[in-house]
Amino acid sequence: MEDLLSLLVKSIFVENMALAFFLGMCTFIAVSKKIETALGLGIAVIVVQMITVPANNLILNYLLKEDALSWLGITGVDLTFLGLISYIGVIAAIVQILEMFLDKYMPALYNALGVFLPLITVNCAILGGSLFMVERDYNFVESTVYGVGSGVGWALAITALAGIREKLKYSDVPEGLQGLGITFITVGLMSLGFMAFSGIQL
Amino acid sequence: MNANAKKVVYDPLIDNNPITWQILGICSALAVTTSMNTALLMSIALTSVVALSNLSISMVRNHVPGSIRIIVQMIIIASLVIIVDQLLKAFAYDTAKKLSVFVGLIITNCIVMGRAEAYAMSHSPKMSFLDGLGNGLGYSLVLMTVAFFRELLGAGSLFGIKILPLTSDGGWYQSNGMMLLPPSAFFIIGFMIWAIRVWKPKQVEKPDYRIHEEQNPDLI
Repeated sequence: MEDLLSLLVKSIFVENMALAFFLGMCTFIAVSKKIETALGLGIAVIVVQMITVPANNLILNYLLKEDALSWLGITGVDLTFLGLISYIGVIAAIVQILEMFLDKYMPALYNALGVFLPLITVNCAILGGSLFMVERDYNFVESTVYGVGSGVGWALAITALAGIREKLKYSDVPEGLQGLGITFITVGLMSLGFMAFSGIQL
Repeated sequence: MNANAKKVVYDPLIDNNPITWQILGICSALAVTTSMNTALLMSIALTSVVALSNLSISMVRNHVPGSIRIIVQMIIIASLVIIVDQLLKAFAYDTAKKLSVFVGLIITNCIVMGRAEAYAMSHSPKMSFLDGLGNGLGYSLVLMTVAFFRELLGAGSLFGIKILPLTSDGGWYQSNGMMLLPPSAFFIIGFMIWAIRVWKPKQVEKPDYRIHEEQNPDLI
């Protein structure tokens, strides 16, 4: 149990998807002008990450790994090279299903997320989460916790950046640094702040 | 090469750079730049994927119905990335290990999808290939510049060869540890964008809000 708690804290703060691994940067920079939209996207990422990481874990363990097909009576098959294409397929399919499900049963949330839901398919944080799960060999429970943690960490980072950028609008930035340049430097400073968490011993 | 083709290749290097101007493909640009070796390998991998995916997508563009184009693009890109990934694992295993998940992440690299959607779907295979090549090179240029500063200042070496002798080995250069940590990549790209915009003022973004509107009307 303590292991899982420490994994959760580690994936939210110490190994923050956006600020320590630079994943999902394109959306991170592009959709962080307003707090509301940033928060909406953050929630969407948490939901998708929570489902896709464990789902890909099952795919890996029961279909792709060496001898994973033994439950079908097939042995000696190693399909791990198909990993990338399966993970992205699973992500695209889950996002699509989630979109239809929300549209039918939770229209309020669906409208709030709007265009961000389909965009999540190409958010590197989602695929990155699944790939880290594979690389670090998490089991099913760990991958669920990791999915939630990394999603929450990403949401936290984008909401914080949106808050800073809303205030930054009123500051007097040098000409060439306007817009993209100052955003990068702000994210750099935030990342420096998040590095303080790496001293946490769990 | 005619003038148009030349423009397609050279334009994305500085004027229309995918990273500093189109804000695409930043994730991997930051993560793999702690040493020149990994940055070079990543640049080669991305440039070949984006050029080949543009070429193949452009070849099938007239046979793909609009409603399923995204998934077709995704499958083409994912297959190319798998080939690159397997090749790297076979021939450059140590560096490929260091790149860890970032080779796989080329699939979701916005440059590849972005160019496929914005250029390859509406241009001939030859021009699309050149456009992919140009954008790949523009990305490589930023990657190599960032990696140059990070490796030189952080570890005192370039491509693993000692340039500045470190104090820990009896030399004179005190290495800057922050250069090897994530934040420095953001700072370097931020300053690079600043430098490019001072050089090419037409890229400067209009501010949303001017604080001295009253005092300085000539600025508006």
